[in-house]
Amino acid sequence: MHNIKIACENVSKTFLQKGDTRVDVLKDVSITVRDNEFVVILGPGQCGKTTLLRMIAGFEKPTTGRVLMDGQPVGGPGRDKGFVFQSYMLFAWRTVRGNVEVGLRMRGVPKAERRVISQQYIDMVGLTGFENHYPHQLSGGMKQRVGIARAYCNDPQIMLLDEPFGQLDAQTRLYMEKETERIWLQEKRTVIFVTNNIDEALTLGDRIYTMKDKLPGTLCNCYEVDLPRPRESTDKEFLRLRKQIIEESELVL
Amino acid sequence: MSHYQHVKVHRQRALVVLPIVSLSLFFLSWELVVDFGLVPQTLLAPPSAVVKMFFAKLTSTAPDGLLLQEHAWISIKEAFLGYFLALLVGIPLGLAMGWFRLAEGLARPIFEFIRPIPPIAWIPLTIYWFGIGLTGKVFIIWIGGIVPCVINAYAGVRMTNPVFLQMARLYGATSWQMFRTVCIPSALPMVFGALQIALAWCWMNLVGAELLAANGGLGFLIQSGRKLGRPDLVVLGMVTVALTGVIIGLAIDRIEKKLLAGMRR
Ligand SMILES: Nc1ncnc2c1ncn2[C@@H]1O[C@H](COP(=O)(O)OP(=O)(O)OP(=O)(O)O)[C@@H](O)[C@H]1O
Ligand SMILES: [Mg+2]
Repeated sequence: MHNIKIACENVSKTFLQKGDTRVDVLKDVSITVRDNEFVVILGPGQCGKTTLLRMIAGFEKPTTGRVLMDGQPVGGPGRDKGFVFQSYMLFAWRTVRGNVEVGLRMRGVPKAERRVISQQYIDMVGLTGFENHYPHQLSGGMKQRVGIARAYCNDPQIMLLDEPFGQLDAQTRLYMEKETERIWLQEKRTVIFVTNNIDEALTLGDRIYTMKDKLPGTLCNCYEVDLPRPRESTDKEFLRLRKQIIEESELVL
Repeated sequence: MSHYQHVKVHRQRALVVLPIVSLSLFFLSWELVVDFGLVPQTLLAPPSAVVKMFFAKLTSTAPDGLLLQEHAWISIKEAFLGYFLALLVGIPLGLAMGWFRLAEGLARPIFEFIRPIPPIAWIPLTIYWFGIGLTGKVFIIWIGGIVPCVINAYAGVRMTNPVFLQMARLYGATSWQMFRTVCIPSALPMVFGALQIALAWCWMNLVGAELLAANGGLGFLIQSGRKLGRPDLVVLGMVTVALTGVIIGLAIDRIEKKLLAGMRR
């Protein structure tokens, strides 16, 4: 009954830098993500997390191995895949609504319909009243909400989030995690969420893949997080799992 | 705290006072150098003579046939006509060259070939084609003004953040949509830069062109002064060129600030 939505099979990626320097960024990475599952990829900086996510989105082709979506190799990027960028990537010359509507506009959705859809997701991420603000008038957390609303607006089958809250302060981050969970429970999607923060991973993930901290990036372990939501970071089982992950992956923080 | 403020006030005063000092010294020594005959009056007019000439030329057409403001108006008209035509062609061309392979492949070789030709080198041809009236000068300004427009618009498109383009691709944008909704807005600050650069460039080329082929305009005024052996007329022409250029520059600066503020960058 749980279909496999995304499968990476022995994916490796090698980049050529400055024309003649080879960098092995990922090696032999295999992950599976089930339908409507919230999978977290937890790894330290510079271990190829973004690269993995970009391959799933179809921005990059794996050097070896395959990335499958619904059993088919992932082609190019397309609107069946939503991507929330590590750096917010909002158009400075567009308002919140303009940014959220970008995908709809590109698809030629008529204005009235666009308004309805964008308003729905602006409300969902809690930006009601800020529709006509420009990005520079927003805080970091609000900017990333725009990024999330923008991705949802295209009704993607999978959501890829690349350290979306990496630039936020701890308090806002905690709040945004709760929001992400609420949105996910409300609009079930297959989600792959990249982070370097273990508490974030444990708060959000149905399953957590950990990555080693050296290039080429490889998978370390996979953990089922079978805790009821919303989770409390003071919960005993939460803490036990946290300790286990830290011990087994020598992850700092 | 008070010490800090003292330094700040001091610095601001320096910025106000020093330019006045330097300008006064400049004009004073210029005046004295001519008055005391270190430089003969036939080679350089003193500032006092230029000021006198300035007021005389506002109401007198002698000796070159037109009032000073008429000369200035001719120059401004030619410069702006050429400038707007240059913007009209150069900016779309540069934007297209930055994004469409076809446009770059076709236009680039011709552009690179024409670019190193100084605009003034077109004068002999334009005299054959258009005579020495307005059209020829507008053509020269136009062909010179296109260059900075194309270069800046092209660079602006090329500097578009690639992640924006990837995002657009994610939303299934066509190439034209990416060009319109991502590249052009990203290129706008560079394009605004081009407005300034091109105008300064047009103004300079215009005066150059008028020196060589004209029957009116500030360049023509300077040239008449030379032919008549009137250094005061020559210097008056130069000063008017400078003043008009400064005024136009300030105006464009204003407009640019307004437009960019409208974009809320
Ligand atoms: N397009 C590319 N060309 C060449 N090298 C690349 C490219 N993309 C990434 N790399 C290299 O791959 C390595 C891993 O990058 P990646 O962005 O995937 O790491 P990350 O885990 O997302 O890091 P961070 O936590 O800092 O976001 C980096 O050392 C980078 O230099
Ligand atoms: Mg990254």
